[in-house]
Amino acid sequence: MAKRSKAREGSPWTGLWAVVFKEMADHLTSARMLILQALILVTAVGTVYAATSNLRDTVAQDRFLLLKLFTTAQQPLPAFVGFLGFLVPLVAIALAFDAINGEFNQRTMARLLAQPIYRDALLFGKFLAGLFTLALVLTTIWLLIVGMGILGLGVPPGGEEVARSLWFLALTVFYGGVWLALALVFSITFRQPATAALASIAVWLFFTVFWGIIADLLAQFLRPVRVGLPIEFLAQAQMALMLSRISPNTLYSEAILAMLNPAVRSLGFVLPVQLDGAILGAPLPLDQSLALIWPHLTGLVAVTILLFALGYVLFQRQEIRA
Amino acid sequence: MADDVVLESHGLTKHYNGFVAVDNLDLTVRRGEVFGLLGPNGAGKTTTILMLLGLTEPTAGSVRVLGLDPVRQPLSVKTHVGYLPESLGFYDGLTAYENLIYTARLNGLRRDEAQERIASALAQVGLGEVADKRVATFSRGMRQRLGVADVLIKRPQLIIMDEPTQGLDPEAARDFLGIIRRLKADGITILLSSHLLHQVQAVCDRVGLFHRGRMVLEGTVDELARRVLGGAYRIQVEAEGGVGVEDALRRIRGVVNVTCPGRNLYELEAEDDLRPEAARTVVEAGGRLLSLKVELPSLDDVYARYFEKEEKHG
Repeated sequence: MAKRSKAREGSPWTGLWAVVFKEMADHLTSARMLILQALILVTAVGTVYAATSNLRDTVAQDRFLLLKLFTTAQQPLPAFVGFLGFLVPLVAIALAFDAINGEFNQRTMARLLAQPIYRDALLFGKFLAGLFTLALVLTTIWLLIVGMGILGLGVPPGGEEVARSLWFLALTVFYGGVWLALALVFSITFRQPATAALASIAVWLFFTVFWGIIADLLAQFLRPVRVGLPIEFLAQAQMALMLSRISPNTLYSEAILAMLNPAVRSLGFVLPVQLDGAILGAPLPLDQSLALIWPHLTGLVAVTILLFALGYVLFQRQEIRA
Repeated sequence: MADDVVLESHGLTKHYNGFVAVDNLDLTVRRGEVFGLLGPNGAGKTTTILMLLGLTEPTAGSVRVLGLDPVRQPLSVKTHVGYLPESLGFYDGLTAYENLIYTARLNGLRRDEAQERIASALAQVGLGEVADKRVATFSRGMRQRLGVADVLIKRPQLIIMDEPTQGLDPEAARDFLGIIRRLKADGITILLSSHLLHQVQAVCDRVGLFHRGRMVLEGTVDELARRVLGGAYRIQVEAEGGVGVEDALRRIRGVVNVTCPGRNLYELEAEDDLRPEAARTVVEAGGRLLSLKVELPSLDDVYARYFEKEEKHG
C-alpha cells in the first residue's frame, strides 16, 4: 500500500533535549545519586590525601606527579583508580536500572509516548542524561583531585600530564557507558526495577570476580600444555589474556594503566628479544600510549553501542499496555 | 473525506499472538461531538485507542485522525490529539506545575508560552491553587483532572479518554463529566471509552457498543434504545377502576407494548414520553390515576437486552 512506502515523518530526536534535561535534573537531585557522589568524593579525598603524603618525599624525582596521584596506593588504602574500577559501574547501574520500567511503574509511559516524540528520543535521552551525569560527577572529582594535588605537592602539572589525565577521565566515562547501557537493557527487559538492578550487579560481579578464573580455565582447555615447551606456556597465557579482555573491567584497567603510567610499553606479553635496544622505564609519548589503548577504547565504545542497539530493538517492540 | 470528520477508521484489525483484539472496525467521529466507545473490559476499546494514536500498529485496516495517518505521521497526530490513558500517572516527586512543564517541553513549547498555557489549563480544571503542590499529595480525582490539564496544554482538537471516570467516587465522577461538557462547549471533539455505561450516557452524543473486538451497535442512546428495547421509554401507570384501561393504553399512538406487572399497575413501552396521553386515556376510561412515572432508557438496559437476544439467537 502507498502508506507503507512512506517513511515516518519528522526527526527521531524531537524532544531529545527535553528528556535529557528532565532526567539530569532528576538524577542530580535524587537521594540515590547524592549517596553515591558522597561515596566517590570521600574515596577521592582519602586516597589522594594518602597518595600526596606518600609522594611528598619523591617530588623532585618524578615527571608525572599528577598521574601518580591517581595510582599511588598507601596501605591499607588501594589507589583511587582501584576504587573507580568498581564505583563507576555501581554509579552507572544506579543511574539506569529503573529508567524504562520506572516509567511503566509510575504509569507515566503511556502519557509520555502520547506526546509528539518518538521512543528513540526517550531511550537515547535517558542514556545521554545518565552519561552526562556520570561525566559531570567524574569531572568534578577530577578537578578536585588536580586541585588537591597542586596544593599538596606544590608542583603545577605539565601539559602532557593534564592531557593524559583527561584521557583517563574520558576512558572512565566510556567505561561507565558500558554499564549504563547494560542497566538500560535490563530496565527494558525486567518490569521490576529491583530485578533489573540485581541482574546488572550480577553481570558486573561475574566479570569482576569470576571471569578471570573462567578465562584461565578456558585457556587451559583450549591451549593445553602437553609437552611443557615454553611456547605452549606462552600460547596459553596469551589465550587467557585475550579471553580476559572480553570483560570490560579488564579493558578499562589495562587502558588506564597505559594512560596513567607512561612507562608501560605493552599490554601483552613481551619477550626479552623484543626489548632489545629499549630503554627500560623511559616514558612513551602520549600518542604512542594512545595507540596502545586504542583497541581498548574502541572495544568499550563498541560494547556500549551494541548494548544500546539491543535495548533500542527491545524497547521499540515493547507494547505499552502493561 | 468530509471536512467535519475528525476520525475515521476502515476495517481496523489487531491481532495479539493469534488473539483478535479488534475485528474489522469502522468508526467515524465528527467534529464537536462526544463519542463513547462502550463495552465491558477486554472488548478491545483500549487497543482501538492505541491504534488511533499510533501507539500500536494495526494488523490490518486504515485510520485517519484529523486527516493524518497515525502510523506514518505520529508526531503530527500526537501534536493535535490529546490522550488521557486509563492508567494515568505523574512523577510523584514533582509538583503539578513541574509535571506539566515537562509535557510542554516535549511538545516543543517556548517557556513563556508554556507558562501561560499551564496556568490556563490548571485554572480550567480547578487546580490553579495546588499548582506548586507535589502530585504525591493528590487524590485520584485531582490526578484525573491534572491529566486533563496535561492534555489541554497542547490545545488539542481531539481528546481521547480511556476509562476517564473509572475509580472516581460519585462526586468526582460528576465533576469530571462536567469538565467533559465544558470541553465540548469549547469545541473540542472527544472520544471516550468506558464500561460504566450509565455514567457516560449523560455526556455522549453518540455511542458505539463494543463486544469481543467488534462494534455491534452505533448511534445515539435514544436510537439504540428504540432499536434494541423496542420502545425507548418505559412509563409506569398506577390507576384504579375504569373499563378496558389496558386496551385503551395499548391504542395510544407510539405505545409499543403494555404489560400488567401487578394489581392496578400498567407498564408501557413507548417511543416517546407519552405521560400526558397516558393520563388522559386513564381518565377518559373512567379510571382514577394514582401515579405516573417515566423511566428513561438506560444504556445498561440496552446492553443487557442486546446480548440477551444475541445469545438466544446465536
